[in-house]
Amino acid sequence: MNLAFVVMLPFLGAFLPPLVERVTGNRTLLACGAAALPALALALLFNPARQVFAGETLHSTLRWIPSLDLSLAFRLDGLALLFALLVLGIGLLVILYARYYLSAKEKAGRFYAYLLLFMGAMLGVVTSDNLLLLVVFWELTSLSSFLLIGFWGHQTGARKGARMAMTVTGMGGLALLAGVLLMGNVVGSFSLQTVLESGDVIRASSWYPVILCLVLLGVFTKSAQFPFHFWLPHAMAAPTPVSAYLHSATMVKAGVFLLARLYPALAGTDLWFMLVSLAGMMTLLWAAFVALFQHDLKGLLAYSTISHLGLITLLFGLNSEMAAVAAVFHIINHATFKASLFMAAGIIDHETGTRDMRRINGLWKYMPYTAVLAMVASAAMAGVPLLNGFLSKEMFFTETLQSEQLGALSWLLPLGATLGGVFSVAYSARFIHDVFFNGEPVNLPKYPPHEPPRYMKVPVEILVALCVAVGVFPAITVAGLLAVAAAATLGGDLPEYHLAIWHGFNLPLVMSFIALFGGIFIYSQRRRLFDLWARLPEVDAKLVFEGRIQQLGRVASAITGRLQNGSLQSYVAWAVTLVAVILLTQMWHLPALSLDVGMLPMDGVAILCTAMLVAAALLTTFLHRHRMTSIMSLSVVGLMVSLLFVRFSAPDLALTQLSVEVVTMLLLMLAMYFLPVRTQVESSSVRVLRDVLLALVVGAGVAVLAFLVMTGETTTISQFFMDNSKSGGGGTNVVNVILVDFRGFDTFGEITVLGVAAMGIYALLKDLNLASAKYDSLGRPWAADAHPLVLVTISRPLLPLALLIAVYIFLRGHNLPGGGFVAGLITSVALVLQYVASGVGWVHSRMPGDYHPVVAMGVLLAGLTGVGSWVFDYPFLTSSFTYVSLPVIGKFELATAMLFDTGVFLTVVGATLLMLANLGKLSLLDDKRENA
Amino acid sequence: MELLVAIIIGVLVASGVYLCLRARTFPVVMGLTLLSYGVNVFLFAMGGLKINQVAVVGMSPDPTDPLPQALVLTAIVIGFAMTAFLVVLALRSQGELHNDHVDGKPDDGGRS
Repeated sequence: MNLAFVVMLPFLGAFLPPLVERVTGNRTLLACGAAALPALALALLFNPARQVFAGETLHSTLRWIPSLDLSLAFRLDGLALLFALLVLGIGLLVILYARYYLSAKEKAGRFYAYLLLFMGAMLGVVTSDNLLLLVVFWELTSLSSFLLIGFWGHQTGARKGARMAMTVTGMGGLALLAGVLLMGNVVGSFSLQTVLESGDVIRASSWYPVILCLVLLGVFTKSAQFPFHFWLPHAMAAPTPVSAYLHSATMVKAGVFLLARLYPALAGTDLWFMLVSLAGMMTLLWAAFVALFQHDLKGLLAYSTISHLGLITLLFGLNSEMAAVAAVFHIINHATFKASLFMAAGIIDHETGTRDMRRINGLWKYMPYTAVLAMVASAAMAGVPLLNGFLSKEMFFTETLQSEQLGALSWLLPLGATLGGVFSVAYSARFIHDVFFNGEPVNLPKYPPHEPPRYMKVPVEILVALCVAVGVFPAITVAGLLAVAAAATLGGDLPEYHLAIWHGFNLPLVMSFIALFGGIFIYSQRRRLFDLWARLPEVDAKLVFEGRIQQLGRVASAITGRLQNGSLQSYVAWAVTLVAVILLTQMWHLPALSLDVGMLPMDGVAILCTAMLVAAALLTTFLHRHRMTSIMSLSVVGLMVSLLFVRFSAPDLALTQLSVEVVTMLLLMLAMYFLPVRTQVESSSVRVLRDVLLALVVGAGVAVLAFLVMTGETTTISQFFMDNSKSGGGGTNVVNVILVDFRGFDTFGEITVLGVAAMGIYALLKDLNLASAKYDSLGRPWAADAHPLVLVTISRPLLPLALLIAVYIFLRGHNLPGGGFVAGLITSVALVLQYVASGVGWVHSRMPGDYHPVVAMGVLLAGLTGVGSWVFDYPFLTSSFTYVSLPVIGKFELATAMLFDTGVFLTVVGATLLMLANLGKLSLLDDKRENA
Repeated sequence: MELLVAIIIGVLVASGVYLCLRARTFPVVMGLTLLSYGVNVFLFAMGGLKINQVAVVGMSPDPTDPLPQALVLTAIVIGFAMTAFLVVLALRSQGELHNDHVDGKPDDGGRS
């Protein structure tokens, strides 16, 4: 059985509930749809589980990103199996519970989808065999938890709670990622197996303290350990099934799971003991103390959860094998009794309409059955004998007694443990007494409360039954699972231990009794304690947190406001200044500038052309306020650049430049129809001086750089292209073969960009209302004769000629200068000329004016040519060619590159015409408006 | 010859940069066009200059470097697409905001 498939099942299942919801409004069917795939996953785990119990560790690996050492690697050992059972088992119970918890009005489909998303993520965390993969799933649990806490997004509490949980666990996730990356670097692999076997290497590394701190940040934030515990009580804004599932049984256990998972790799040092057990002890005591004073039912349970997580963390921190066994045992027990307690709290909330324990009293009379279940679960939480909580708490007491790591202060550990036990009993007692007895209910929103629907109690019954079964018959119920899970945690042999209810009359038992009676005593003094508590200053973590966040937001927007002041000019100036600074500072590393190097000899024509180009460029700049003149001189620059290409053996470039020049000029002229014809003077002279200075520095720097490269020694990789152009690409024009063959994928990307730009332009021009100027800069009206006869007469016969040339250029492109780009541009120019000469109406009455399909066809054709290579088992865009002999024409060559080039051709034609024709139509619209 | 090309590149880049720093859309479009000429010639020049040595197999004994040419060829076309997009963006902002300032708002005098 492939493990990856089992992990993927809940993810797939997440699609089901929204689909089912569309078909039927039946809530039971919807819950069944949600439960179907997790149930299948649980069933599929049956056989692998037997192998795990037989002592095997199952692995399954799919390649994902081998270059990052990230693979979809999963493992199933005892620990993973234990958590997988918890995640799937409790998950199914929660789905059943949620069926009755959610009201008919709520979007249950979405709820189940989030829940299953979380289930898959959590399953991924516990079964990952690759540390990076684990972090990926870890983040997914934070995300899905965010969605679930914020499920009731109309309540501010839910939104803020979700945001807080996301921020805290997200930051922890980042720290964890850093820790994992460091760990992978030290070990040389991200494979969990390798990491677990390299514990000595990690602990000996000088990076160990850093790694440990980072990983623990992830653990402590996720498992709500002090001082990161504050998010969990606010996460209680989530619907109760979520609290039962994520915030008691599974997600918050991900932190302690990681402690267990990495135990062989990281544990065993003094630093580990200090950090982990200290945080655990602080959390255990503080949260247990605070829990007693919560008036909110779920608040009490939330702090109690934090406290129990602290207990588990403390156990892992003790660096003793037996303590780790106890920790794993307590994970199981806590999940069962706490999930059932949350569900019971949800039932009470559901039936009374409130969670305030000052109002909920005496429910024993109204819902005795639920009361019994909740009381048994609370007793397990308090550690009452014959229930599962007692067994692991007893082991906990024993371990604290045996630890000697604090030296002379070792007595602090059992003392703290007992104190934690006392408070734990006190708040459990409150949960039982305050809710089910203690007088009559006060002013309930729903009165009288009664027992919930039959099946809503089933999940609670199952979990409570487990509490009792484990508590009374540990050896036949939980022992096997605990043994494999603990063995997997320790990564070796188990210490000698046996689960039993009665270990004789010993010190741990005494501690248990102290906790029991001490707790009841404290609860009996509750009035005085509550008064004391009420006098303490109240610190609302949510307010503090929100305040900090808003402060951060203000600082950030102040900084952003300064840097991003909305002025494009200043952005460009900053960017150019950066270029200037880089040029200036790096100049010193370049070889000395000297004219005394081997150069091609100058000649008169070259000097003349250079002078013209420079003059035209300067004219464009100086006369930029006279926009028409500026455009004219810009076109001279373009022509001179094409001549430059001609001179220096680049006929392809010259052809392209020339035709692009024509369409650019047309474009600018068209735009000028709508833009002001002059630019007014508005820059201050200081600014102009600054800009001139910047321009001179950058221009001079680039010129020097170019000169040095041109005259210096260069190496080129082009010999390869020259050698293989004919034999590999079937063409002699190397530039074209590079475009359509060697670097065909780049070209494919580039024509896609061209297509996207054309679509963008189309979108921008849509519904654009522009009033054109009716007069030129001197106040003369534009010529009334839109289509001069001379131009019309000349342009029409030019079209077939130009198209003929385009075909010629296209066909010869593979062997001689030419190709799809140039042919496309020539075709566009010929067609645009018709638009200019005869008008949009004339053209569109003769050919379709819709160019999107042409662009799409071009990109598709190029793409399909590339995909075609796959059919023959070649990589994307492998070209192939053959020589064909035809009568009359003779022997010629047929290459798939030709098809690709056709794609390029179509895209260029489509995109150019899409741009120009739509711009042209704009003026037509304007004229129509005028005439109407 | 190399000196002349270097001068051309320098002038094109300097003019382009200066125009890009102007406050109205039209000069910025012109500036970017000049700048892309400059950059194209710069890239082209990276292959070294050769006269009458076209990179076609069998036509010249010591052909010029075809790779920068291939790169520049697509750069010219993409450059056109970018210019066109920019022009249309300028038109759209003219249509929506009724002025052609690059910041989309009439100048407040001293700042630009």
